[in-house]
Amino acid sequence: MAAGKELNPTEYIGHHLTHDAQPFLGDGGFWTLHVDSLAVSILLGFVGIGLIWWIVRGATSGVPNRRQAFIELLFSFVDNQAKGIFKHGDRNAFIAPAALTVFVWVLLMNAMDFLPVDIVALGTHHLSEHGFRIVPTADVNTTFALALSVWFLMLFFSVQAKGFGGWMHELFCSPFGGKLFPLNLLFNAIEYLSKPLSHSLRLYGNMYAGELIFLLLWTWAATGVVGILFASIFGLAWAIFHILIVVLQAYIFMMLTIVYFSMAHEHH
Amino acid sequence: MNINFTLVAQAIVFAAFIWFTVRFVWPPMLRAIETRQKQIADGLAAAEQGKKSLEVSGKQAEQAIQEARMRAAEIIAQAEKRDAQMVEAAKLAAKAEGEREKAAAKADIQQEAQRAREQLREQVAALAIAGAEKILRREVDAKAHADLLDGIKKQL
Repeated sequence: MAAGKELNPTEYIGHHLTHDAQPFLGDGGFWTLHVDSLAVSILLGFVGIGLIWWIVRGATSGVPNRRQAFIELLFSFVDNQAKGIFKHGDRNAFIAPAALTVFVWVLLMNAMDFLPVDIVALGTHHLSEHGFRIVPTADVNTTFALALSVWFLMLFFSVQAKGFGGWMHELFCSPFGGKLFPLNLLFNAIEYLSKPLSHSLRLYGNMYAGELIFLLLWTWAATGVVGILFASIFGLAWAIFHILIVVLQAYIFMMLTIVYFSMAHEHH
Repeated sequence: MNINFTLVAQAIVFAAFIWFTVRFVWPPMLRAIETRQKQIADGLAAAEQGKKSLEVSGKQAEQAIQEARMRAAEIIAQAEKRDAQMVEAAKLAAKAEGEREKAAAKADIQQEAQRAREQLREQVAALAIAGAEKILRREVDAKAHADLLDGIKKQL
């Protein structure tokens, strides 16, 4: 129990699911910043991508050391996915490095779920009294930010690859042909709408649920010795299962990013 | 679920990280890996080349050995032939020499016999003349009958 005073389970969970929200302009509303999500994600981005950059800077084309071999493994993993899906040009120009960024960043942000919330809270309580959530991908703002960025890039690539006219034509005439243009438009609108929603909400839902289940286990742990015992066992099991979810969700997010970019380049 | 300015901020952060990766992280890694791939490919090609040239030079060596062997055999055969020729020639020469020597010896013997016969005849003539002289000492004037005596000497 982090705050030092007695909390009932609802209050406990509510407390841990409260963002460190600071008004950015005026009295908040839309102009509110989740300082926790932003700070943790920036920190993780610097750690993850900075680490890769630091190793890559000294990369040799000769025999790689272990550090470099690890990064090369990661690199070829992402590159192979990009190579397998994106066949419409030079993937090294943008798609593959963007996929690497997405994978590394999302993976690290997801991995924050492994940290025990109450122990982290001992430190973060000095930063913020009303809560500090350390899993940026369990914040719908983060996942929407990523998914919408991908979405806008997808639109950009669509127009770039087919021209504005070509894209419009596709919007009205595919997949059922020109005569059914209202249906096509509806169809494409739903598709365009569902892409960022499913892209972001899948990640958000998984991470949020994972966080929530940990919190529920810790409220159980607060009930006594038996609770501690079972919560520890289930917590371990959930954490191990969560390793899969964390990596899998990062992988899915990266793959969808590549797929959407690839689809944008396809002519129908 | 409350959407707020965090979304925009995160999108900006995301864009910055993508830009950084595209600009600074991906290219050097790609370069290193591609250079290594090329080096490996080159190395494999060189190895293949080496293997091929080894094979070729092995064949060449084999051929050279074969040639040398053949030449050696030829030389030996020639030498044997010459040996036989020389022996034959020596034989012939020896035979000819022997014939010549034999002929020379025969000639010598004949000459010797001739000479002995000549001498014998002269001695017989001298003996006959001496005997005739003794018989005819008184009546025969050596000077007057010199022609006659010479005639006898020649007949003998």
